[in-house]
Amino acid sequence: MSTFLLEIVTPEHVVFSEQVESLTVRGLEGELGILPGHIPFVTPLQVAPIVVKAGGKTKNIAVHGGFVEVQGDKAIVLAESAELPEEIDVERAIAARERAERRLSATKQDVIDRRRAELALQRATTRINVSSRSKE
Amino acid sequence: MAKGIREIKRQIKSIQNTRQITKAMEMVASAKLRKAQEKAQASRPYVEKLKEVVTSIASGSDGVSHPMLVSREIKRTAYIVITSDGGLVGGYNANLLRMVMDEIKRKHASTEEYGLFVMGRKGRDYFIRRGLPVVESVTDLSDTPKFADIKSLAFAAVQGFELEQYDEVYLCYSRFINAITQRPTVDRLLPFDKVEQNHDVKAEVEYEPSPEAVLEVLLPKYAETLIFSALLEGKASELGAKMTAMGSATKNATKMINELTLTYNRARQAAITQEITEIVAGANAQG
Repeated sequence: MSTFLLEIVTPEHVVFSEQVESLTVRGLEGELGILPGHIPFVTPLQVAPIVVKAGGKTKNIAVHGGFVEVQGDKAIVLAESAELPEEIDVERAIAARERAERRLSATKQDVIDRRRAELALQRATTRINVSSRSKE
Repeated sequence: MAKGIREIKRQIKSIQNTRQITKAMEMVASAKLRKAQEKAQASRPYVEKLKEVVTSIASGSDGVSHPMLVSREIKRTAYIVITSDGGLVGGYNANLLRMVMDEIKRKHASTEEYGLFVMGRKGRDYFIRRGLPVVESVTDLSDTPKFADIKSLAFAAVQGFELEQYDEVYLCYSRFINAITQRPTVDRLLPFDKVEQNHDVKAEVEYEPSPEAVLEVLLPKYAETLIFSALLEGKASELGAKMTAMGSATKNATKMINELTLTYNRARQAAITQEITEIVAGANAQG
């Protein structure tokens, strides 16, 4: 099966760099799958898990925002932070989710706080999903 | 004379202790410097990739524009100043802050015309003491800072530009040349310099939803990333400056110890000579 190189890069380090068979991401416009031979393409990403298939195995990776660029036989995901399932602290994520939910349900708040809480909730949910899916 | 001897001895002891400390600090700084350099290196692929994509969008598709690429009339300016938290770093902070102050004095008549975003306790205290407008500050950064540590400051500065509270954003930090040379720099971050047109664009790239929308997301990120990499470079400079400062402190201490040891030996010799003279004189008087 043909493969392409996927790199996930954050400002701190290269999180992931391997040959993969397919990649599923949630772009600004919705979910999309990327297979080898994709046309050159750039889109921003939502905070969501990305799914990578390689050697018959599926891997979930938590990617927080950023964007994906496909060029030739290479796909690059640039994100402010990205975590492999084994790097996620589930308890912390669950605590963060509760905190974010509490903030969202609080009555009076300004727009920025609300937006921040929403993003925190998305990040926490992503982390929890990634780590629970990889255990199955 | 005898009192002098004891005093000199005590002084030598105390300088030896100081030397031990400065030597240890030098070694710690050099170990940390290596780590900081690695860290700065590790962040480079991200910055370069972002730059590549931004350039290819801005030059690849005609007629794409974004407020961050356009200069507007300058009414207020933001300065992001990166300094250290601790002292004992030689002229690191002083050089940078002097340069920033010169820049500010040259350009602005009143404190209304600019805002300061400061990283590091030294810089924050310096500006607050002088009553300058510190808008936001981050202190207690580790030697290997995380992007999340400065995200809110970077975001505030970039957003200030987007909301037109500031019409220019400058980045003031020490550029790391090598372990013994750091150059204070004031660079304009926003608006971005016009990217040079690159007409031999390889392949038609598809942007979803549109080139403008992608730029909309990318440019603020690019700006924040540049701020982060300036911080990493600043950290490397700080540790380099610390290493040099501590190295020369150790050297000075060694020199002082040598001089004092010489004085000590002279004084000791003089005391012995005097004692002999006294004994001989006493014996002569008896005989």
